[in-house]
Amino acid sequence: MSATMVDTAKHPFRPDRPALDARRRAANAAAVILTALFAILASAFLLYLIVYIARLGLQFINVSFFTQRPRAQGEAGGGWATALQGTAVLVGLAALVGIPLGLATGVYLSEFGRGWPAATVRFLVDTLTGIPTIIFGLFAWVLIVVPSHSFSALSGGVALSIIMIPTVARATEEVLRLVPRELREASVALGATESRTILRVVIPAARSGILTGVMLAIARVAGETAPLLMTAFGTSFFNTSLLRPIDAIPLRIFDFTLSPFQTEQNQAYAGALVLMLLVILTSLAVRWATGGFQPRGR
Amino acid sequence: MQASMTGSAVSAARQRGRDWIARLRLQAVRRPGDFLFRGLTYLLVLLVVAVVVGVAWVLLSGSLPTIRAFGLSFLTNEAFDPVHNTFGVRPAIFGTLLTSAFALVFAIPIGVGMAVFLLDYCPRRLRAPLAFLVDSLAAIPSVVIGLWGLLVLAPWLQRTGEPWLQAHLGFLPFFQGTPHGVGLLAAGMILTVMILPIITAIAREVMAVVPVAQREALLALGATRWEVIRYAVLPFARAGITGGAILGLGRALGETIAVTMVVGNQASPPSLRLFDTGYTLSSVIANQFGEATQGLFFSAVIEAGLLLLLITLLTNVIARILISRLGRARVGGLTV
Amino acid sequence: MSIHVERLSAWYGGVRALSNINLAIAPLSVTALIGPSGCGKSTFVRCLNRMHEEVYGARAEGTILVEGVDIYAPDIRPMYVRRHVGMVFQQPNVLPTRSIFDNVAIGVRLNGLASGSKVSERVERSLRQAALWGEVKDRLSVSAAGLSGGQQQRLCIARALAVEPKILLMDEPASALDPIATLQIEELMNSLKRTYTIVVVTHNMQQAGRVADRTAFFLSGRLVEEGETARIFSRPEQKETEDYVTGRFG
Repeated sequence: MSATMVDTAKHPFRPDRPALDARRRAANAAAVILTALFAILASAFLLYLIVYIARLGLQFINVSFFTQRPRAQGEAGGGWATALQGTAVLVGLAALVGIPLGLATGVYLSEFGRGWPAATVRFLVDTLTGIPTIIFGLFAWVLIVVPSHSFSALSGGVALSIIMIPTVARATEEVLRLVPRELREASVALGATESRTILRVVIPAARSGILTGVMLAIARVAGETAPLLMTAFGTSFFNTSLLRPIDAIPLRIFDFTLSPFQTEQNQAYAGALVLMLLVILTSLAVRWATGGFQPRGR
Repeated sequence: MQASMTGSAVSAARQRGRDWIARLRLQAVRRPGDFLFRGLTYLLVLLVVAVVVGVAWVLLSGSLPTIRAFGLSFLTNEAFDPVHNTFGVRPAIFGTLLTSAFALVFAIPIGVGMAVFLLDYCPRRLRAPLAFLVDSLAAIPSVVIGLWGLLVLAPWLQRTGEPWLQAHLGFLPFFQGTPHGVGLLAAGMILTVMILPIITAIAREVMAVVPVAQREALLALGATRWEVIRYAVLPFARAGITGGAILGLGRALGETIAVTMVVGNQASPPSLRLFDTGYTLSSVIANQFGEATQGLFFSAVIEAGLLLLLITLLTNVIARILISRLGRARVGGLTV
Repeated sequence: MSIHVERLSAWYGGVRALSNINLAIAPLSVTALIGPSGCGKSTFVRCLNRMHEEVYGARAEGTILVEGVDIYAPDIRPMYVRRHVGMVFQQPNVLPTRSIFDNVAIGVRLNGLASGSKVSERVERSLRQAALWGEVKDRLSVSAAGLSGGQQQRLCIARALAVEPKILLMDEPASALDPIATLQIEELMNSLKRTYTIVVVTHNMQQAGRVADRTAFFLSGRLVEEGETARIFSRPEQKETEDYVTGRFG
């Protein structure tokens, strides 16, 4: 029993009110266009920024950028070797303190923590992430710089280490939780103590995730300027003591950008390029390590 | 009766304490490795807690001199004036609020719009790369954005952008006054760019978990795609998006470096003029600490930090509550 | 309105969910679709209002004539198919952020079917048709999320009826409800079939026996048999049908 096709002009599957229908379709089209515009503009801006900085940075980068000390203000030439040393030292210091603290917190939250103490610790750690980083600089300034009457690499490292803690702790906790119970139980069944189990079995199983957290934290602190303003302070000499001021790439970018000298502004671009490469390379490494590029959505 | 009850409570607590010490001793002897490991871990965690508490404590105690000297007038005093020994953050608070509000006004619609595009309209194959690009904006260091802001955006604003705005929209109080390039408008624009990633990331997360059934409810009534988003998805994700916006606000309030580089760092008489220079709470700290090594000056800088800490903590807590609630409701017998 | 399905096939990506379905649905009656899980009955019903294609990677081929018009014709927009072929889902999906009134009114407002006080008239009419009016008439501005499961489902029915569709599709409408609410929904179907053509998917054979004039049995994406409900259950022509209705599987 098949029916004959009816003239489609008379069927009911048409808009009841053509004017309204046109408005509805227009609204939908406008939504598509507008939201697409937003997304494209944002991505385009990012690309533009990277290309712009890269272009100008490449213009002013050379070998002496990496090997020489900064020249006196306004003089052409010179390099950022002091800043490179500084960033390496500061990040190293921060990692030295921040990684063990973050790891321990992550291990605690995942393996030992229970009840209200764990909830409190977790809350406090989460709070740390929301605090503007200049506050940590202020903290180190009051605690170390002012009493010792000197800016120092030490105070900078302390400020940066606090920033690292929550990133490392959260990544560690998440990744340790994912280690299957069976692995832990097997270790215990073989007679290993709790500490052996955690140190020799659980943590190694989670090591790539932990490494990711550490790399993320390092990328984050390498680009931080605010906490260093009042602690490391910056200098154009190589640092020889942790109790003396020290240079850093973001600090020098900050200073040189605000400088009235064109030569210094030029070098700021070069410094920004180096910093961005550092950050981008680390993020890419993280993404690659975690098999990133996961699409989100329905 | 009372005395013996408290008496027995105290002795019960004492007994618990003795038991605990006894257990620890046993553990230390039988499983020294575990004891050391746990002990070390606990010690480090305690250190972390001490640091967090320490930050609050240092800021609080350091602010006491100015709190005692000025009380609430710290919030209304006009400037940091070490010569006359009076300190106030009114222009700083004003600058912070104005620039953050500006950033929210633009970043919320743009951020939610981007999320809508990515989730609903974007061709599937473009989704991941576009999302990656958009999220990567968050990884750019603040000082690099500030560099671009000061050396590219600000001159452009002074030469072209602000005059154009004044010519076409000069009847609005926002666009009156002398174009400086640097100033509140530049800072607002920079902040918009910086909080966009977090707002759009959270909006995406929250919208992605809206149940398909909600969308289908509207589709089955003959709704257009936009109507589905507007009447089913966005209302459902409302609380989460608001939480994301507040997180973005927290970020804007605390952003220091990029803002300091473009905001001009000079007070102007309070007004809605975006072309004016100004400063923010965070830029005050960055600019004033150099000379502030003792007395009320020192304490004033710390109090500025305390204020900043308090407002960012508040916004973060509120945001966290909103996001975790995600507008739950009982629909169809399930708590969604 | 009558529905004639000719050679309908449907896929989810590469997986074929329906093969060559040919079925005619009588107007102003209740037709039940029965069959074990995964047999394609839900997919079939979702093809009738072009909801199937909303799933990423899903597609359908064939002809579905509603009152003689192929709803898959290229000049017909799914939006207007769905406007006239309403649907009630397995899990009640009221809009939790809106009031009871707004939930029923939303289809009316979107499609511009009424304005002002006429909207209230429509809302009342639909709620009466869904046998919910008495229970909610004093709290129309309350959030719909506060209703019980059975009430929410009746609200969804009212919402679907408010746009005055020609056909009402119901995908296991009572499976999430308690027995009393289920009975109410079944009574509703009985009264609604005087005005609407109803197609009901159910996994409950007794329900099909109670409410349906005709029944179609699906198995593994094929339409095995179709006919008067009483005959399907007492004198099925195909062995597979007989096995299913006597409970040998499914």
